Amino acid sequence: MQDDVILNVSNLRKYFNTTEGVVRAVDGVSFNVEYGETLALVGESGSGKTTTGHVIMGFYPPDDGKIIYKGIYDLSSPMKKRTLELKRDIQIVFQDPGTSLNPKRMVKDIITLPLLVHRTIEKKRIYEKVAELLEYVGLSEEFMFKYPHELGGGEKQLVAIARALAPQPSFIILDESTSALDVSSQAKVLNTLVKIQKELRLTYLLITHDLGVVRNISQRVMIMYLGKIYEEAPTEEFFKSPMHPYTQMLLSSIPTLSEDDEKIKPKEIESVGEIPSAVKPPTGCRFHTRCPFAKPVCSQQDPPDIIANSGHIVRCWLYE
Amino acid sequence: MLLEINDLHVYYKSYWYTLKVLNGVWLRLDRGERIGVIGESGSGKTTLLKSILKILPQNGMIPRGEIRYDGKDILKLSGNELSKIRRKEIGMIFQDPMAALNPVFKIKDQLYDILKYKMMIEGHNPSSKELYEEASKIFSDVRLPDPDRVLESYPFQLSGGMRQRVMIAMALISAEKLLLADEPTTNLDVTIQDQILKLIHRLVMQKNLSTILVSHALGMVYQMTDRVYVLYAGDIMEEARTRELFSHPKHPYTQLLVASTPRLSSVGVGEGIKGKLPDYRNPPAGCRFAPRCPYVMDKCINTKPGKIQVNREHVVSCYLYD
Amino acid sequence: MQKTSVQELKFIELERKIKRENWRRMWFRFKKSKLSILGLSMILVLLFMAVFADYVAPYPSHAGLHIAFKNAYKPPSLEYILGTDMYGRDVFSRIIFGFRYAFMMIGLVLSLVAPTGVILGLLAGYYRGTVIEAIIVRLSDIFISLPPLVLALSIASILEPNIFNAMMAVSLMWWPWYVKLTYSMTVSLRNEPFILAAESQGASTLHILFKELLPIQLGTILTKVTLDAGWIILIGAAISFVGLGAQPPTPELGTMVSEYSKYLPEYWWMSLGPAAGIILIILAFNLLGDGIRDVFAGE
Repeated sequence: MQDDVILNVSNLRKYFNTTEGVVRAVDGVSFNVEYGETLALVGESGSGKTTTGHVIMGFYPPDDGKIIYKGIYDLSSPMKKRTLELKRDIQIVFQDPGTSLNPKRMVKDIITLPLLVHRTIEKKRIYEKVAELLEYVGLSEEFMFKYPHELGGGEKQLVAIARALAPQPSFIILDESTSALDVSSQAKVLNTLVKIQKELRLTYLLITHDLGVVRNISQRVMIMYLGKIYEEAPTEEFFKSPMHPYTQMLLSSIPTLSEDDEKIKPKEIESVGEIPSAVKPPTGCRFHTRCPFAKPVCSQQDPPDIIANSGHIVRCWLYE
Repeated sequence: MLLEINDLHVYYKSYWYTLKVLNGVWLRLDRGERIGVIGESGSGKTTLLKSILKILPQNGMIPRGEIRYDGKDILKLSGNELSKIRRKEIGMIFQDPMAALNPVFKIKDQLYDILKYKMMIEGHNPSSKELYEEASKIFSDVRLPDPDRVLESYPFQLSGGMRQRVMIAMALISAEKLLLADEPTTNLDVTIQDQILKLIHRLVMQKNLSTILVSHALGMVYQMTDRVYVLYAGDIMEEARTRELFSHPKHPYTQLLVASTPRLSSVGVGEGIKGKLPDYRNPPAGCRFAPRCPYVMDKCINTKPGKIQVNREHVVSCYLYD
Repeated sequence: MQKTSVQELKFIELERKIKRENWRRMWFRFKKSKLSILGLSMILVLLFMAVFADYVAPYPSHAGLHIAFKNAYKPPSLEYILGTDMYGRDVFSRIIFGFRYAFMMIGLVLSLVAPTGVILGLLAGYYRGTVIEAIIVRLSDIFISLPPLVLALSIASILEPNIFNAMMAVSLMWWPWYVKLTYSMTVSLRNEPFILAAESQGASTLHILFKELLPIQLGTILTKVTLDAGWIILIGAAISFVGLGAQPPTPELGTMVSEYSKYLPEYWWMSLGPAAGIILIILAFNLLGDGIRDVFAGE
């Protein structure tokens, strides 16, 4: 069992001190990522999904909990203290194409950096390798000499992916990597990501709020709300029988494009209320303030993990 | 016929070049209709809405075309008449609430301004008590809780969803006949987006408003409109009843767009559309989609296709259907 | 293996071509404004005069100590373009040598102040929240709050007043501004995704400071350097004017204005000359600075 797991996160907590108080961005999150899968971490604003990704990357040290990579490496050290090997093996693709590439650097230099740092290739063959990487993500070699402002959003993201692939990593965090793209660019980027995953034996942690994307490229889904995971299931199971009321609310809110899609949406529940502040989250189950099925116990105690099916876990008093 | 746009051309002029954004847009809207305009960013959809209200930036010009609103030619109206229409008849929801709300004024000040100017046109000079009552009524319409607190707040003190509701409230004040919405829910969480869309829907039905919803989010347009136009690079490519357009798209661009959208009911995203939007400084002479079209023919490159009636109520601008 | 290196060479050539294109584009942006070209030409002419002062000036020997009382107080004429001063020296020639001192001052001060200030600013901004930032920022705050003339006075009283010490004084009061500029730009760029990406890939701090952060700020810094040149002349002239800088008979422009102002208003040409010289240099650098700003403006 342990051999299948590339990343093990247990009881992760990350808090931020702000002028309004302590924001409990990630408040006790545990999950495993298996080799070669695409695990989707879904949530709206304030859910803590981006912070989780950033802690795994080492942008902040966790306040509590453990992150074990490949069974042996402890990822609770921040970026600066990590080994070069770890920096090579775990990569990230950011959300905003406009700021994920240095506007003053040529595409070739942007992609060359990881190649040189990790000595993946000898200096003599740098250009060739860059051309190869670009081609791999579907860009012709002349893109090498362009600057970011000459590229469209989708092309910039493809360059960001090429950059992430350059040091031959095993694990890539996709931090809302297609959220800022139009539908056509998004399709191109998603197709590229799926194609290369098998060939390069990559594992993806897909952080997103877009359930349509999740449906199409992930094998497992986790739902986060205000710092905690409330449901976890294989993708198909997730869309067929969503159990947690928040999940149902999320699914029922998606603007769909066709009758077939409409049928998938749960009808029993409608979206109400606003996402509460993360500084003073609701007691007990954090969703109880918006939940139409809330019982007295929901506001008092955090619900336990309940295993519904193999691989399908809900955190809700309804299923006790 | 409430709004009729014919052969609208809009250019942005600068010292060195001219951006020929809109290239002959056509559109019609009847009273009580809800229409959508689908377009990716950069296609000219915001330009289109701004032309209707005539709030284009200084370097925007309309060399050709007409916009007939309620029988009058908007482009020829005097400043006063235009003002009246903007204050009382046509309202607009902007894409970014922070762009429409002035960060240094309280909500109260901005809202009262709009109310006051509208009431003044009706020949009425409202007292602050009347303004407060009117504002509270509108706030309850848009389901904004705690109106007193919201009125006294500055925009940055409100959440994204609340700011959007305030902006909808402001737009509705001036929209007695026509509501324009430019990407009204981008940047909002999907559960909040759902609430906002349902809210807009309810209010539109209640007041029998005609609406033009402009967005690149196909799902939202599908849910909220009865008839749709597809705008690509400043040209209308297709027009049809909403259900018909999404189930039987005819124009290659529409087909590719619909195919590229991830579904809940099936797996597999389309290939996307190769290429990019054209350079408006030097746009294609013929069909503006020709450089990216998988079915391109010689005549597509040379001349722009006209409007071809495919069905009752389904129009395409494409030589494939000639 | 042979085939590979031909490919590589092709790419290297392409890259060179593209980089040349970029330089050409920058030049094009620069010369779009006629005023910038004017500024550049003025600087080049003044620089030429400064370097070849011995050959350009009609009376090079008049630059330093030279006494010929029978030629003194002569108004502008064909023989002495800007007239002569109280010792019979050609004012015009002295001004040309004055340009030499002016450029020397600019060169020395800026080459000391700009690199130091920029590097310190980068470090302070990058190491935000650490002791390094605290030290650098506090230090520059201290120097900024010292009134420039008081600083110059103190230095002059400790050391002897001459042009070199005047430049040291100017450098001491100037460097914090470069720190501040670079520091604030670095702070705003520090947490941008592309910097985080470089860090997460293991780039060295040196790389991040000079290859990621600095290139973005270069335009602003160069513009400032160019515009500062004019100010340095002015401050240097002010220091000399109060007698703390270059001492007579050194033909420094500020010193000359000071010396010759005693002879106003009858012998007006004497102070007019150097004052006009100062104005000319400042104007030239300002125009050039506008041009440089335009080059980097689109960013």
